[in-house]
Amino acid sequence: MRPRTFTYEAPATIPEAIAALQRYGDRAKVLAGGQSLLPMMKLRLVAPQHIIDINRIPGLDQIRIDSGNLVIGALATHDAIENSPIVRSECPLLAETAGHIADPLVRNRGTIGGSLCHADPAADFPLAAIVSKAELIVQGPKGTRAIPADNFLVGFLTTALQPGEILTAIKIPRAQARSAGAHIKISRRTNGPAMVGAAAAVVLDENGHCRDITVGLGAMGPTSIRAKAVEQALRGRRIDDDAVSQAADLVLEGTDPPSDVHASAQYRRAIAPALAARVLRLACERAGARV
Amino acid sequence: MATIRVTINSTAYCEEVEPRLLLVDFLRDNLGLKGTHIGCEDGVCGACTIILDGRAVKSCMIFAIQVDGADLLTAESLASGGELDPIQEAFREKHALQCGFCSPAMVLSARQLLARNPDPTPPQIRAGISGNICRCTGYTNIVKAIEAAAVKLRALKSGTAG
Repeated sequence: MRPRTFTYEAPATIPEAIAALQRYGDRAKVLAGGQSLLPMMKLRLVAPQHIIDINRIPGLDQIRIDSGNLVIGALATHDAIENSPIVRSECPLLAETAGHIADPLVRNRGTIGGSLCHADPAADFPLAAIVSKAELIVQGPKGTRAIPADNFLVGFLTTALQPGEILTAIKIPRAQARSAGAHIKISRRTNGPAMVGAAAAVVLDENGHCRDITVGLGAMGPTSIRAKAVEQALRGRRIDDDAVSQAADLVLEGTDPPSDVHASAQYRRAIAPALAARVLRLACERAGARV
Repeated sequence: MATIRVTINSTAYCEEVEPRLLLVDFLRDNLGLKGTHIGCEDGVCGACTIILDGRAVKSCMIFAIQVDGADLLTAESLASGGELDPIQEAFREKHALQCGFCSPAMVLSARQLLARNPDPTPPQIRAGISGNICRCTGYTNIVKAIEAAAVKLRALKSGTAG
């Protein structure tokens, strides 16, 4: 299959891109890496009349530290994020997640901004973003705003982006002492779409108690979701094997897994607690706990 | 229609393209470079792998109009003057092709892998070619060929360095 016809423009600045989006409204689509958009256009699941290619806007792929935050440009590729020394030291969870996406060919082209805006519940970056407490920097006709990742992911393939708005950067708090994260997933083939994905980020105090924790699941609802019951069960508690096992058992609270070509809802419910226990142990171990 | 200027295998081209034309169709149909294959058309099989500005990518997941100003390498760039490239040579020696349909793409993925990691382990090789499907399932010999190609390329490199 080939896509329907469309007009193409590649603006050189963000204001030009916003103006083009305002001109065309919902008949336009932003093209970043294209690794989800092109297959959808070829299958005619989407048929935009206008493509706004943002790849010619300079600097949108930068990865840098800005005061207390790691700032990743929306056009940074999965490969760039996986191999960036800054991401590896300031948010190792995100670098690890990047390496779990698809294959090297897709990672060379796919972008973090594109993945977040596509908002596929089985995708890996939306999950890593909510667990890393990322803020998504969005520019539009009314200026710039920051949206917490939890609020950005509104529903199945749906984000909080308003007409004319473009995601330009992802802002993540820098890693603190005794903190660590982990991402794992189960998929039919290596690095394929998640049957279930799980990620956790933990901060321990000097005594091995959990000072803060975020836990999330992919492909267990219409978007990547936080496992808040698990977080509450562990926050403030001493991290040991029992604490982790008991908390992981709460992981199904608030989930609504789909049945699709990758897995049935029943299967997803069966494996999610095991996956949660595994990702919690990995993150806590990396932060220095004995589990 | 739009005009794009692109360098492919060191040759400069200036061509008219429709925005929806896929890069793989541009290479095959407009330029007649049929070493880049179409397998699934959906970004799954990797048969359309090319090297775009130094990075191996799937050319069915990019519009031709996007590569204006870019530098591309396709499988046609590998052999020169009737001599196989060391990776192609290793594929021949290790019988790393059965039907051969995935081979041009496999060789290009191997090229990127070996450029980054000159001495990969078999699991690293398998990860490196994980975007390329061999429908004959001939992976064992492909992995052996890439190991052999790594040896050849390291020897060449130390030869020129010495």
